[in-house]
Amino acid sequence: MSNVKGKTSSASIDVDHVAILANIPISESEKKTFEGQLEETIKYIEKLQEIDTKNVKPTSQVTNLENITREDIAAPSFSQEEALQNAKSTYNGFVVTEAILEEQ
Amino acid sequence: MKYTPVIGLEVHVELYTKSKMFCSCSADYFGKKPNTHTCPVCLGLPGALPVPNKKAIEWCIAIGLALNCQIPTFSKFDRKNYFYPDLPKGYQISQYDQPFCVNGNITLSNGKKIRITRAHMEEDTAKLTHAEVNAKNVSLIDFNRSGVPLVEIVTEPDFENAVEVVEYLKLLQQTVRYLGVSEADMEKGDMRLEPNISLKRPGENGLPGYKVEVKNINSFKFVEKAINFELERQKELLEKGETPKQETRGWNEQKQATLSQRSKEEAHDYRYFPEPDIPLFTISREDVTKTKKSLPELPQAKLARFKKQYSLTSYDAEILTREKQTADFFDEAVKIGNAHNIIPKQIANIIINKKTDLEKTLPAELIRTIKAQTSRVTIDQSDLEKIVGEVIKENKNIVAAYKAGKTNAIQVLIGIVMQKTKGQANANDVKSLLENQLR
Amino acid sequence: MLNNLSLQQAKQLLRQKKATSLELTRFYLERIKKLEPKISAFITVCEKEAQDQAKKADELLSQGDKKPLLGIPISVKDNFNTIGIQTTASSKVLESYIPPYDATVVASLKRAGAVIVGKTNMDAWAHGSSTETSDFGPTKNPWNIKTLPGGSSGGSAASVAADEVVASIGSETAGSIRQPAAWCGVVGLKPTYGRVSRYGVVAMGSSLDSPGPITKTVEDSAMILNILAGKDKFDATTSPNIVEDYSKNLNKNISGLKIGISSKYFKKCESEVEKKVEQALKVFEELGAKIQEIKLFDPQYAIAVYTIIQRAEVSSNLARYDGIRYGNGRSKFGEEAKRRIMLGTYALSAGYYDQYYNKAQKVRTLIIEDFKKAFKQVDVIVGPTSPSTALPLGASKGHPMFGEMADILVEPSSIAGLPGINVPCGFSREDLPVGMQIIGPQFSESIILNVANQFEKNTDFHKVKPKL
Repeated sequence: MSNVKGKTSSASIDVDHVAILANIPISESEKKTFEGQLEETIKYIEKLQEIDTKNVKPTSQVTNLENITREDIAAPSFSQEEALQNAKSTYNGFVVTEAILEEQ
Repeated sequence: MKYTPVIGLEVHVELYTKSKMFCSCSADYFGKKPNTHTCPVCLGLPGALPVPNKKAIEWCIAIGLALNCQIPTFSKFDRKNYFYPDLPKGYQISQYDQPFCVNGNITLSNGKKIRITRAHMEEDTAKLTHAEVNAKNVSLIDFNRSGVPLVEIVTEPDFENAVEVVEYLKLLQQTVRYLGVSEADMEKGDMRLEPNISLKRPGENGLPGYKVEVKNINSFKFVEKAINFELERQKELLEKGETPKQETRGWNEQKQATLSQRSKEEAHDYRYFPEPDIPLFTISREDVTKTKKSLPELPQAKLARFKKQYSLTSYDAEILTREKQTADFFDEAVKIGNAHNIIPKQIANIIINKKTDLEKTLPAELIRTIKAQTSRVTIDQSDLEKIVGEVIKENKNIVAAYKAGKTNAIQVLIGIVMQKTKGQANANDVKSLLENQLR
Repeated sequence: MLNNLSLQQAKQLLRQKKATSLELTRFYLERIKKLEPKISAFITVCEKEAQDQAKKADELLSQGDKKPLLGIPISVKDNFNTIGIQTTASSKVLESYIPPYDATVVASLKRAGAVIVGKTNMDAWAHGSSTETSDFGPTKNPWNIKTLPGGSSGGSAASVAADEVVASIGSETAGSIRQPAAWCGVVGLKPTYGRVSRYGVVAMGSSLDSPGPITKTVEDSAMILNILAGKDKFDATTSPNIVEDYSKNLNKNISGLKIGISSKYFKKCESEVEKKVEQALKVFEELGAKIQEIKLFDPQYAIAVYTIIQRAEVSSNLARYDGIRYGNGRSKFGEEAKRRIMLGTYALSAGYYDQYYNKAQKVRTLIIEDFKKAFKQVDVIVGPTSPSTALPLGASKGHPMFGEMADILVEPSSIAGLPGINVPCGFSREDLPVGMQIIGPQFSESIILNVANQFEKNTDFHKVKPKL
């Protein structure tokens, strides 16, 4: 939460950057559509700036519950087979994914 | 030019609770068959929800208190959003702006205070290993570690060299072991550290404009090497008039160097927001007081007490307090030894020289053994007097202290005599001989 | 004899041994086979599993077992995890995903003896109010197959309206139960947030999602809520409040009940909808209720709040779909999901958090307070559920906020976590159902069910069925 004050009130969206952050592959044509649609939506939600929220606390939850925990008791887990049953690729009990390069 | 190192630390300590942070899978994953400790929650299956582990939160707060932190009344969990194959949900449940513990500190032996910014609760990621399968480089994922409770302890950039860092780390390790909340074994990955390192130019105000985070340091040996390497590397760059790049580097033991790490996600914008699946926390002051009271005597306090109460040298006291089990054993043995005229130093010697297996011996047994030894072989009275005389001559400082009124100093002298006589003398006899000769 | 059975009627039939669960189940499976080419309410029909469950139910029934839903064929929205049965949330990302566990709601239904005949279609990831964004094709409204069933629980509502099942389970984030229930002319109950467990429901807006029943009658709704409601140790946000017997107060006299209405809610509606709901209010007045105008926050702000919070939560909730442990990769997300993920990501990203997310959370506080004030004056709030009747197929295309507009009247109460119920209250000139909603304070399900039931008992709208 870089709580820096918003840059402009109706910012144009850097769709490419957002797509990278969101890990969403988008095509050039999608990019065009999204640009317009996202801006339309942003324009709508800008309405909120009309409301005075000085001294109002944000609500992230409506339940009023607090301190909900579980006791530290271990229970049985999935078998290895169950854990891997939906994975596209497995090897010796591991889930396989593309190599992650870490060092140059 | 003289640069001042500016070093801060992030340390992750894995708690050894029975179950994981947000689900009931066993947290005891080390060395287990891959992907046998998972469930919908820690695999990040669709629809699964987290429920926090009460014990883990209590332990996080205990760690905070042991580090002299304040425990705010309100706390909450947040989602830290980023993509990596070891992060099944695409976000890590962590704490952002309202951690369980804030504003602590630890004092090093040189008197320097290291400020602790915060200690917060989060969950571990899965474990990635790199392998070649069917002639293709791949990463293998084991989700057994996914969701194991972690406490992250963050310091201010208060360290100036690797020695301070190592002392802090050892103390931290000792502390969590004393609390009984983690094995804090660096080789096993129970304790992981990421120093962020930079150099301040002479006359530079505030913090340097960059910092380098170093990962993959998994033993105390590497801490020093990695930090020193990095300081040297940065110094060379600065001397060439360059500013080191702000980046994450990894310690490579084979190459004895830190290497730049390129992670798949380049953008670091974690988009934290309050975790909607977990209600907020209100930590009552009564609970904080209760936890505080239930903390064991912590390593630094114990060390000071051992030196003072038992007149032990720093060296001895340090060894005896390194592990809580040893210290407790020693405390107990001294108590019993007291009734048999056996002084702490005698017991200390035996423990330090590893003449006994503490796991298999009871303190009372140890005392019986010492007693049997001292009564079986006795030293000739004139020999003993001679040794006492030598010891007085050889330890002028201690003698002076004794004469200046530090009567406890005699215990040190007794210890030295006992050592010289290989425990064959009776401590009480030694004491009276010493007192006579020093009069 | 087996046509158009309410849950209550089906239960009696089975108890009195006038039919077996297997007969009933086969009747519905046949009907599904016949109607699906027209309606497409289902993604998966569990022919074999359903018949196996029915046989088991019959065995228990013959032993006099009294499980509340024993042998009753129902459908479940495809965002509820069902062990061993494909669960897709109508997205290609989860195509052929077989969950290794049951959602708590599904486990409760099974424990109650229900026979799950299939998984119903929905807007992909529950993103929408049309069921048109399903990656597996739209569901059609049984009242007129050229119109939309509403959504996101469109398949559930259509399956009940088309009498393909006795009842169904849907989920609502803001409108996804009530709005399709309104458009399909059935009863849809969105319980208080935290009343029914979300565990095992593919998450959409985590601070809003509420599973609930879609039924032919209010009585049935109460019966199912009795089974679903309660604290779940797997969902930290479920309430420990005691679960009332929701069937107990259905017939209480509502004379003297104070009903609040807000002209702001009526102004946004088609005139036909407005008229039908106003007529419905007359029914309440005849039953002795007092109608009074109350001031409520303009719902247009609720839309903005909802859009931000929901998109933000969606962007995070859909991050787990990477195709590594299960499902297909992120390229399989449909356009609507991508759009929502993108907006949510943007709203949470560096520099915008305060402006959007934090601001929305603050206005959320104001909306909650607004309702609290209102409920000091009145017992329940009544209004239209949707501003229109069912819109034609294709209406949602190209409108990034179609859902928000269709749900404008249900969003404020969803944001505040309040319970609401849709009951049919008339028909348009095109013979499309009009729905009315009754909203109450948190955990007032007993009251709104009572009010809804009194309305239903004194009207015949629920008895009219679509001609298929």
